Amino acid sequence: MTSDRSISLGEAIREGLLQASQRDSSVIHFAEGVDDPLAVFGTLKGFGDKIGHERMIEMPISENALTGVAIGVALSGKRPVISFQRVEFAMLALEQIANNAAKFHYVSNGQHNIPLVMRLIVGRGWGQGPEHSQSLEGMFAQFPGLKVIMPSLPEDAKGMIIAAVNDNNPVLVIEHRWNHYAVGNVPTEYYSKDIVGPKKIRNGDAVTLVATSYMTLECLRVADALSSVGVSVDLFDLRVLRPLDLEPIVQSVKKTGKLLTVDTGYRKYGIGAEIVSSIVEICFNFLKLAPIRLGLPDHPTPSSAGLIKNYYIDSIKILESLNTLIKLDRSSFEGVKKNIFNERKDIPIDVPDPFFKGPF
Amino acid sequence: MAIIMKLEYEKSIELYACMQRIRLVEEAISTRYVEQEMRCPVHLSIGQEAAAAGVCLALETRDKVFSTHRSHAHYLSKGGDLRKMLAEIYGKATGCIGGRGGSMHIMDLDVNMVASIPIVGSCIPLAVGSALADSLDGRDNVSIAYLGDASVEEGVFHESANFAKLRDLPVLFVCENNLYSVYTQLHERQPDRPITALAEAHGIPTYHCDGNNVEEVYRSTLNALKNARSNKGPSFLLLDTYRWLEHCGPNFDNDIGYRTEAEFRIWKNRDPVILYKKNLLKKGILTEEDTVELKCEIQKEITAAFDFAKNSPYPDHSTAINNVYA
Ligand SMILES: Cc1ncc(C[n+]2csc(CCOP(=O)(O)OP(=O)(O)O)c2C)c(N)n1
Ligand SMILES: [Mg+2]
Repeated sequence: MTSDRSISLGEAIREGLLQASQRDSSVIHFAEGVDDPLAVFGTLKGFGDKIGHERMIEMPISENALTGVAIGVALSGKRPVISFQRVEFAMLALEQIANNAAKFHYVSNGQHNIPLVMRLIVGRGWGQGPEHSQSLEGMFAQFPGLKVIMPSLPEDAKGMIIAAVNDNNPVLVIEHRWNHYAVGNVPTEYYSKDIVGPKKIRNGDAVTLVATSYMTLECLRVADALSSVGVSVDLFDLRVLRPLDLEPIVQSVKKTGKLLTVDTGYRKYGIGAEIVSSIVEICFNFLKLAPIRLGLPDHPTPSSAGLIKNYYIDSIKILESLNTLIKLDRSSFEGVKKNIFNERKDIPIDVPDPFFKGPF
Repeated sequence: MAIIMKLEYEKSIELYACMQRIRLVEEAISTRYVEQEMRCPVHLSIGQEAAAAGVCLALETRDKVFSTHRSHAHYLSKGGDLRKMLAEIYGKATGCIGGRGGSMHIMDLDVNMVASIPIVGSCIPLAVGSALADSLDGRDNVSIAYLGDASVEEGVFHESANFAKLRDLPVLFVCENNLYSVYTQLHERQPDRPITALAEAHGIPTYHCDGNNVEEVYRSTLNALKNARSNKGPSFLLLDTYRWLEHCGPNFDNDIGYRTEAEFRIWKNRDPVILYKKNLLKKGILTEEDTVELKCEIQKEITAAFDFAKNSPYPDHSTAINNVYA
């Protein structure tokens, strides 16, 4: 499957959801503002006219009840897709997600299926602050019975959201708002990408780099900048947090002996913590240096542009951490750092980076 | 009716001045937002001034206000410091919470603006808890939960109302019904029944006011407060009003199709500030010159407050880790 058509990840999600909805009339959509002029950041734009407004169900501002309703319709043969404009709003529905969606297949001894898609959007930037920019995938990934995915690149996003709609399990699709702007080649036709495993997006032997979501883009920048000084890394876009397939990462660490994880959530008790501990268990004898995990510091996200100055992980911080594992000579390191720095230059820290354009 | 039939002059002027101040502040934020120095989402209250002023000017300083994402007007009416509010929106160290929250988290214990929370319905039980503490300790404070029309769709509203009535707590639920949740009309989210019926079903007395008539709001609030202070429990105020600008941001957005220009015009013709101004002019409580003079004074305050906010330093990023624990 090839394509030279470039669209953004947000558009890719929309196209995938629309094609899946057009193919299967049991797909119905729930959201607050499901059919409004902005249609969940444009990702549901025009759906009502194309698939019927009766399949676009406006949610009252009642997250827990409507998530339960979505689970209920899923029990009755529908394929609901429920879109939340922020992860935080889904926290009101945690009861339904954790107690019902995640457990019904198991508790019913396999009799019930919950083919539910929940889209949770992670905010960042423009001072949205403590309650509109949390990255809580670590918490959601704790529940057996849920599938949790974080597509980072447009082509994957389309295929994976189609797979999510077709999946007979509850799938949480956690979309970073800044990934919505990333542009890349996306085939126009309907296609499904299996919800499995990390995807290797750069090949190398110096170090194993595992990233999620927006951090995949920051890592790509570092990997490509490093290639200019002849250093190549194995870069994985984790994509699927649960069920977690570690095998490709294990194989890579056996080769490189070094591991760095970078994810969008808190550093502690997070995705990186899970991967590092598993790799240490499995590959202890192959590790040449202690693995490193990068993530958010141990405090809430402040609003002020002054306070977030050092809050997020970016390509420079990734490079610096990587360098403790690969130890470039000084001039190479400074050169790579300067290249990365020049790419972002004067863009304020609280707006998305327009640099991330494919092909990835 | 045991209400004050005639507001004393002073209170009338206070109500008017408060609304005028909110209007001019929100307009100034709207105008200056394009400079991109207020780097956080803002939910402005232009059109809804009476709901803020009418309630808060009936309160004592010791009464406690809990608000939402749309909190500027509540804070200013509660006696908040304009400089600290603007500095917060500018993300500065001198903001009322040092830049940690921005516009969506305005709070200031100096004036008992206890919290503003941008998660729909989230502040409601906090006001009830605050009322429980006062009731346990025998203080005659009243706690105010501001909520939008969408808040009554959340389970937490009903759970809080049930408990507040169960214990007859001194709390006032103030629902600003501006007919919309973001771009979605009320009738697309709720069946055709009065919102007051929800509170009544919990056994809570209700007042349904023209939310653009500041005196009506003020008087109903005084009544509800009297009830609360004499251990008769919670009340629910439904204030019909309208937001003029977009849900979030500095612009008008009638062109994008979720509401009509005609509907907007109807509400604009019922501008709470203008209505009250006309009322006071007619009664001879204010003259045209008075209103011009007042505007000038407020503008001076606003200019100075913006200068203060802009010239204040950003908090140092090394302090972002502070205050995670007490
Ligand atoms: C639990 C939750 N769900 C959704 C949102 C997104 N949201 C922010 S403001 C808002 C509108 C709320 O409408 P209303 O309560 O009527 O207040 P208004 O904005 O009209 O003042 C919504 C849905 C949120 N902040 N919290
Ligand atoms: Mg509203």
